[in-house]
This record gives sequence, structure tokens and C-alpha cells, in this order.
Amino acid sequence: MQVALFITCFNDTLFPDTGKAVVKVVEQLGHQVIFPEEQTCCGQMHFNTGYQVEAMPLIRRFVEIFSQYEAIVSPSASCVGMVREMYRFAAEVHQDVKLADEVALLAGRVYEFSEFIVNRLGVQDVGAYYPHRVTYHPTCHSLRGIHVGDAPEQLLRAVRGIDYVPLTQSTECCGFGGTFAVKNADTSMAMLGDKIRHILDTRAEVCVAADNSCLMHIGGALHRQRSGVRIAHLAEILAAQE
Amino acid sequence: MKKPESVIIALAPRFEVGAKSALQNTQLRRNMGKATQTIRAKRAAVVEELSDWESLRVAGQHIKDEVLQHLDTYLVQLEDAITQAGGHVHWAKDAHEANEIVTRLIQATGAKEIIKVKSLTTDEIRLNEALELAGITAIETDLAELIIQLAHEKSSHILVPAIHKNRSEIRALFQKSMNLPELTDEPKELAAAARQYLREKFMTVRVATSGANFAIAETGSVCVVESEGNGRMCLTMPDVLISVMGIEKILPRWQDLGVFMQLLPRSSTGERMNPYTSIWTGVHADDGPQEFHLVLLDNGRSDVLADSVGRQTLHCIRCSACINVCPVYERTGGHAYGSVYPGPIGAILTPQLVGMAHADSLPYASSLCGACYDVCPVRINIPEVLVHLRGKVVAEKQAQPKSWFDGENIGMKAMATAFGHRSTYEFAQRAGQLAQWPFVHEGYIEHGPGPLGKWTAMRDFPAIPPQSFRDWWRERQRDE
Repeated sequence: MQVALFITCFNDTLFPDTGKAVVKVVEQLGHQVIFPEEQTCCGQMHFNTGYQVEAMPLIRRFVEIFSQYEAIVSPSASCVGMVREMYRFAAEVHQDVKLADEVALLAGRVYEFSEFIVNRLGVQDVGAYYPHRVTYHPTCHSLRGIHVGDAPEQLLRAVRGIDYVPLTQSTECCGFGGTFAVKNADTSMAMLGDKIRHILDTRAEVCVAADNSCLMHIGGALHRQRSGVRIAHLAEILAAQE
Repeated sequence: MKKPESVIIALAPRFEVGAKSALQNTQLRRNMGKATQTIRAKRAAVVEELSDWESLRVAGQHIKDEVLQHLDTYLVQLEDAITQAGGHVHWAKDAHEANEIVTRLIQATGAKEIIKVKSLTTDEIRLNEALELAGITAIETDLAELIIQLAHEKSSHILVPAIHKNRSEIRALFQKSMNLPELTDEPKELAAAARQYLREKFMTVRVATSGANFAIAETGSVCVVESEGNGRMCLTMPDVLISVMGIEKILPRWQDLGVFMQLLPRSSTGERMNPYTSIWTGVHADDGPQEFHLVLLDNGRSDVLADSVGRQTLHCIRCSACINVCPVYERTGGHAYGSVYPGPIGAILTPQLVGMAHADSLPYASSLCGACYDVCPVRINIPEVLVHLRGKVVAEKQAQPKSWFDGENIGMKAMATAFGHRSTYEFAQRAGQLAQWPFVHEGYIEHGPGPLGKWTAMRDFPAIPPQSFRDWWRERQRDE
């Protein structure tokens, strides 16, 4: 199968290793990865902050670039949620019937990385080896936005050598919320404080998630506290080998 | 211009400012954390029991949709049914009109004191303050509402107004205001003290006010749902009953109540069945109040109805499940929202009732985590409405800038332009890689400039790596 990688501007710029890991895992499973180089940003930050007029050209641009592909895979649950849930809403609010039709055709072919591997390809064990103590934070958009269910945990549990520890109150938001982390920095930090406490309680070396944006938030506090715990995107764990 | 003072607490600061000071109150954090997590678990357990919970939610949503589609028809049907049953219906376009109507009705009875069933709608219009100006004392009879009234505070939760207080704080308050120096902090004793105080009022006061959870258009019945029985006393003992209800609280048919009486108790208090459900239809000779008035309140609701996205806000049955599950509310408490309606529902309802300009920080008081939408018994897509309202806030500020320099607006527009083309996007990536060097130490930015500073005040920020993913991809393509 040809798989178009929707890297997201955030991962492209700040977390290139995650993209490399996705390419590696998907290719190892026998599929061809294509990277449409015209892609930039899906418009989520603008749209969710209220800059919807500014987001519309980015939304139309994304639809135009990705419409031709059979499967579109992204290592970001929140950007996938933007395309699958909010594009429809954006088209409705801006009464763009043509866009609404195009989005309806496209949305079903956009997958978050872990749901693509588990639900579309039917694979749980990708042959990874990762001898570390790991905990997993289900991000809000992966859990409640696009409902990936336990796909990420299925993949993690199949990794050889892994010491997987579940996280207490895992389903609670880490406080990132995009521009919320800056606009409401104090409340965001109060939420993050509890998340960090639960992560430290697991004694894990690595905190894993399906979104680098939330991980950047969590990792930002773990690093500030010199906690000795690092962050890693799920794809990077699955790409690790003996 | 609407009158925000009726819904918003006067001179309330922006959400982030109110939140900052609330977050420092360690007693509040402890009280709120404990209370919200307890009620959350209780709700989850009783919802889990029902295999048809999702169907109930959908049914609730559809009934409310139907009500809003034909609101005009159902309101007139309700008015006719109530009038036929011997009640009186009054229409109030805003808080001022509603307060005038209620004051006039009370004055006609000559009463100087009234007893109240806990009611958000009368809080919304600030009925107690309006009555005080007319020389009428309103006595709150809901235990938590009474605590708030005695403490001269504002409610911080729609169902549990004193959620921010613990029992030792309540003990101190009762000791002082009820002159009971021997009182302990045993919940039983505290309830008994309130009971003693209220019983005398129930036996002597002849006029009561209430809100309404539901009103049935086909029968003209009005319904109040409560847990203590104090509401039942107010609804049955006095001679005159005046109820104030938002126009959206209507249900078309008697049978619709069956859906909501399953959804509401499980969502609000985590109970399978509601303890005191009072339903009355007009007046009956020698049984209950002999004079009944229903005041139908608009107060901005028609404007909410006119917005195709915001409209679903009017589905709300005030259960408070979204408030209890909200990680923001859990930490800031209700007062930070500066409104009678706190939490996620407040963040979408308040700005729509009072106008964006008066509450433009509220749509941003959420991380869009979606927990509220998951628990809402009538499936209000709160995150979607929040995003929609943010769009309105930005559109309004762009049309009428409040100051000559808006860094966020400039930055967002610049980024949108950069993201518009591959070349400008890649140029911006390079610029970022170069511009960050004075701030980067050991792969992290610990003190960032401008808006990044708000991030790095509390968290480190990873440096932009020298090679982007796309650079790596191109290199790989070349090497192959």
C-alpha cells in the first residue's frame, strides 16, 4: 500500500526523529511511504485559537494536497482530529459545500499512526525491542477526539524487553491545550503538576504518547525539574530494535 | 448592548487573572480536588450500570433539538395549559423585566419575606438583590445556598454552590451567624442547625419563589428536582408561588420527562433516582399554593437560539457533569469564571448571554480536552462551541481593535501567511533554526523571548533541531 505521510508542521520542525521512526516502521511492514512535500500546516492552531478566517486557506490547501492518496498517516492524534472532526465543522460554518464534500471523502482515509498499524494493518507486534521502563499518557485528542482506544497500548505491550507501567488517572488532560498553555499558563501548569506527579510515581524512565505536542509540554516540566525522565513518541519506541 | 451585570459577577477580572489567585488558595485546591473527584467517580459508576446510556443521551439531545426547532409553538401551548389550570404566565425579555414582575407580584401580597427554592435562573437575574432594594428579604432554603447567603459569598458551582467550602469552614460560619458556639463539624449536626433555622421560615413565610427544571407544554406541568426536601416545603406550604424559568426549559410531552429523569440524577449527583421530584399543574383548591405565577425569561436566549452552532448550549439541563469532570474547574474553582454559570457550560453560556465583548476570556478557559462533551447527558459539543466562540472573539477584535498593537493578531497572521506556501514555510523553519541560537543551552530554551516566555517561565522548550524532517527526507531521496 502507498502511505502518504502527514508529518505536521510541528513534528517536521521540532521532532524530525518521530517522522523518521514512522517511515521506518511503515516500510518494515512492507508498505511504501510517500511524503507530499507541498504540505505545511493543517491549520489547527489558527482554527482553535479563533483565527478561523486565517485557517481556511490552510484547510483548503491540505485537502487539495492530500485528496489523491489512499491512506494518509500522521504521528499526531490532534492534527488527525483537526482533519477528521474540525474540517467538517469549518466547512459547515463557512458554508463551503464543495469543501464539505471533499472533506467527507478524505476524512475516512486519514489515520493516526497507532490506529493505522493496529486497526488498518491488523498488526500488534512490529518486532521492536526496547529494554526500558515506560509509561503511556493517552492524549485527549487520541482518546476522546479520534477514539484510538487501546491501540497504542497493544503496540507497546508487544514490544520485547519493555517494562510497561500503567499511569494513574491517565485519561486526565496534561494541561497543554495548544495556546491554552500560554494564555492560561498558570492553570495549565497546575494541571501539568498533577500529571508529572503521576508519571514520577510510576518510576518510568520514559513517558510515551501519540502526540509530541502534549509530550513537549510534559517533557518541558520533566526537564525543568531535572527529573531524569524523558519523553518519546510511540513511533520511536516501535522503531527501536536490537 | 446587553446588560452583562445580570449574569456576570460585577467587576469580575478576566479568567486567567481570577484563576491565578484561586490557584494559590491551597484550601480551595484541596476542597475542590476532593469534591470533584468523589462526584466524578460516583457518576461514572451509576452511568456504567445502564446499557442504554448512549441511547438515552441521543434521546435527550433529540427532544431538546425538537424543543428549540418549535420553541414558539411550545411556549404558547404551555401558556395556554397553565392558564387553563388556574395559573398565570408572564413574559420577561430580560433580567430587569423579570425582577420587576416578581417584585410587583410579591408586593401585591404585602409580604416582606419570601422563601426560595434553589434556582440558577433567579441567581442569573439577581433576584435577591432586586428584592432587597424593594425592602423584601429573600431566604435561601437549599443548605448550600443558605451557606453562601450567610457567608455573603457567590456560588462557585451550579449544583453544589458551597463546593469550595469544607465542613470546618461551614461550622465556623454557622457558629457565628446562627449564634451556636457549641456546634461541632459533624455533618449531621450542621444539617440539624440549618434545619432548625429553616423550619421556622417554612411555617411562617407565605410567599415562595423557585426556578424550574422542566415544564411540560402539553399538560402545563412544572417540575422542580432537588435532594433535600426543602424545595418541596417551599413549593407546597406557602399561599403564593412564583417560578422563574428560562424559555428553553420546556419539554413537549409528559413522556419526555421519563428520559430526563433518568439522565439528570445520574449525571448530576450520581444517584439512580432523584430524591424529591415535585410536579404541579396550576392550582388546586385547599391543596398547595392558591396562586401560581410562571415568569418565562428570555434574557439573551433568543440570541443564542439564532446561532446555529451556539444553539446547542440551550440543551443544557444544568446537571453539572461537565463542571465536575473539568480539569480546569477542578483547579480554579467556580469564582474564576466570574459568572453564575462556571465550568465548561459557563464558558460557553455566559459569553453568549452577555455578548463576547464582556466575557472574551471565557471561551479560552479550556484546554479543549473533551471530557465535558463525553459526559454531557444531552450531548452538547462543548469543545466545538468553545472553538466557535473563539472565532467570534477574534472576528470582533479584528473588526474593532481595542489597542493599536495586538502581538497575537500580528503573529497569527504572519504565521498563516508563512504556512500558505511551501517556500515561505521552509524559509520560516530556517529562520527559526537561526534565530533561536542566543536562547539555546544544551538543547533547550529555558528563558524564551516574547510569548515563548510565558511557556518557559514554568517549562523548558526544546530547541529546533538543525535538520527538519523534510530536509532528512530530501537527503534520503538524493542518496537512493
